[in-house]
Amino acid sequence: MTALNGLRVIELASEPIALAGKLLADMGADVILVEPPGGDACRNYPPFLDDQPGEDRSLFWWHYHTSKRGVVIDLDEPSGRDRFRALIATADVLLEAQPRARLAALQLDYDNLVAHRVDLIHVAVTPFGRSDEKSDLPVTDLIVTAAAGPPWSCGYDDHSLPPIRGPHQAYHTASHFAVMSALTAIVHHGITGVGQFIDVSMHAASNVTTEAASYSWLVAGLTVQRQTGRHASVTPSGETQKLCADGRYANTGVPPRFPAEFARLDTWLKQLELDTELPEAVFLEMGANWEGPFDLAKIGTDDTITAIFSAGRDALKLIASRLPAQEFFVGCQSVGLAVGVVNSPEEAFEDEHFKARGFHVEVYHDDIDRTITYPGAPYQLPASPWQISRRAPKLGEHDAEVWAEL
Amino acid sequence: MPAALSSFRICDFTGQLAGAGATKWLAAFGAEVIRIEDPVRQGRWDILRGIGPFVDERRGINLGGAFNNHNTNKLGITLNLRTERAKEILAEIVKQSDVVTENFAKGVLERWGFGYERLRDIKPDIIYVSNCGFGHVGPYSDFKAWGPIVQAVSGLTFASGLPDQPPAGWGYSYMDHTGGYYMVMAILLALIHRRKTGEGQWVDLATTDGALGLNGPSLLDWTVNGRPSRRDGQPHSNRSQMPPMAPHGIYPLAGDDNWIAVACRHEDDWRALVGVVNEAWCSDPSFADLESRLDAQDALDEGLSTWTAQRSKVDVQNALQAAGVPVAAVLMPEERIDLDPSTADFGLWPTVQHTEIGAVRVDGLPAHFSATEWRIDRGAPCIGEHNEEVLTNLLGLGADEIADLRSDGVI
Repeated sequence: MTALNGLRVIELASEPIALAGKLLADMGADVILVEPPGGDACRNYPPFLDDQPGEDRSLFWWHYHTSKRGVVIDLDEPSGRDRFRALIATADVLLEAQPRARLAALQLDYDNLVAHRVDLIHVAVTPFGRSDEKSDLPVTDLIVTAAAGPPWSCGYDDHSLPPIRGPHQAYHTASHFAVMSALTAIVHHGITGVGQFIDVSMHAASNVTTEAASYSWLVAGLTVQRQTGRHASVTPSGETQKLCADGRYANTGVPPRFPAEFARLDTWLKQLELDTELPEAVFLEMGANWEGPFDLAKIGTDDTITAIFSAGRDALKLIASRLPAQEFFVGCQSVGLAVGVVNSPEEAFEDEHFKARGFHVEVYHDDIDRTITYPGAPYQLPASPWQISRRAPKLGEHDAEVWAEL
Repeated sequence: MPAALSSFRICDFTGQLAGAGATKWLAAFGAEVIRIEDPVRQGRWDILRGIGPFVDERRGINLGGAFNNHNTNKLGITLNLRTERAKEILAEIVKQSDVVTENFAKGVLERWGFGYERLRDIKPDIIYVSNCGFGHVGPYSDFKAWGPIVQAVSGLTFASGLPDQPPAGWGYSYMDHTGGYYMVMAILLALIHRRKTGEGQWVDLATTDGALGLNGPSLLDWTVNGRPSRRDGQPHSNRSQMPPMAPHGIYPLAGDDNWIAVACRHEDDWRALVGVVNEAWCSDPSFADLESRLDAQDALDEGLSTWTAQRSKVDVQNALQAAGVPVAAVLMPEERIDLDPSTADFGLWPTVQHTEIGAVRVDGLPAHFSATEWRIDRGAPCIGEHNEEVLTNLLGLGADEIADLRSDGVI
């Protein structure tokens, strides 16, 4: 049995919450995606099947709307609103990211809808929250992200280059909080039978997803500065991204910091016969023979500790320059160092580790008679498995089926 | 106001952000989260314990600002699991808990004698959620990870940056945050499943799985069309390909390290932008429609950058906002935390009272609930702060027994 089997979610189609609906649908909820006549704009987002545009050919659409059923309702028409209210009467959760005033103007806001479903859980996602007039300004994922702070921390040591946004970051983060909120309310409803209205702010969601940038200021009034491929920091830190022999990069994250790690790194360097090229290798031996834990606060002030930690970074840089990135990654991990190869998405997807975890999921598309390989589950619940139960819906594909059920 | 999760008890071994961030959400909604730490190492498994930022010149294991941020409203006890008595106490706590949470490397809890089989023997419907970078199954399951490693291996770091530059990635542990969010979902889903079926389960959460899935459309472009993300001109993550928009980017402003994001969703936005910028280059035929502008994005960005670079943050933002163009300055922490009424009015930075630190602000939650609003008002626990409270109220131990546990080095 899936965890959300028997739960009905109405999702008013909108890009910021598409992932939220997918996360609920792939866990077994009956997510009914409501589109306006003509379809949601995301149907026209590239990339497309065989690069040919078409309302049922968007791979963006395919990905974000798995396991959902689709209906068309014109909320601007009285008959459409009647249908929507009838649908809400059967629903446990309404998930929407409509402009702030729209549902109230249509008499479809929470206060109206609870007359049709007294225990409705209504999750409303807006750019800046329901009480903020700024939610009425036009936004995109980039605009929300910039206003919420993440790009301040992301980019390059060279600050003449622009700060960088991670793709789809604000909408993904808002969707994650929409799902956490919905599930929290569902658990509460299961105990009490009480529904509620939940106001999720995309801007607030990304604001509290910036780690040290926020708490350095909140706690100590300090401002972090962005650096290439590593944590933004109040004081500059050493580079962690190493260029490997094949032109790809690896991230060395937290450098060696325990005597055993220095010992294993020293041994590996010698096995590769690279110790003669690194005069500082002597400090690795010192690190290996260090008694007790290092006082990390003394890096930069104590000459010996600074030299040991610098030697660790230099050794990794030297080894990286002689090995392909994947080999460097596996080699570092084999000596106990938390290092990661910088994969492109497809390189990660084709890695044997993810295949072994069942991350390649086959979904049959009856309409084109093809089986498509999708990315798999974010979590494995063996007793209530994640599953893509169907491909994304065509426009109005389940109109007759859903109305017949009503 | 009632708390949504007040009927649940979490036996919590989590640390850092990826784990502690998850149980912070549960505690904010009233779950009783009992953080279990090692008295011998003073809880230092969590590297954030005792390191900065600090509110003042004081230093100490209880004074770390990041640790406080991620562990609000939790209880904290110490158990020296090298001793048999501590293991007995842990078994009692597990027996009275709904969920056991941890984000150790694979196998740590098992080595202490508390793998899933044992947890299930103690409490048949226990929910056990482990959270580690590569999961407990697969060729890399013994590998170690931090947020940046997860981001690198899963394709996220690669996707964030400019062409012909090294990967920019994220300047923070985006996947520690997000791994925590997936951990919250997994816990709540397992609780919903248990309510329906009476069954517990072990959720093997691998943060790299969640991260890889965030590349969804790019992965389908690979599996369906065979198009890799590693190709000329990519990544260019300030631009928008899904959907295509131009201009769409982060542009320099006058002054030092000031930046503004501008996006034109459609021709109306472009015409509104041109109405404000009103320079000769705007009417260049190569910018006449979206398709042309996409082909000429370098020149377009150069023209717009030249215009923004001569103007202040306020001037550009106000002018474009008035014209209806999507725009937002890249805010630095002090601007978004202390000067942006949107975050203050949302109540996003609650002040907690910490036993040793005193009053200090922390990250709040970005959602408001009409029936079961969250509460974040108590700071993170000091080492062993709630030993008496938990051992007395939950396990019914007397003061003499607790004193013995302390003198025997059990707590």
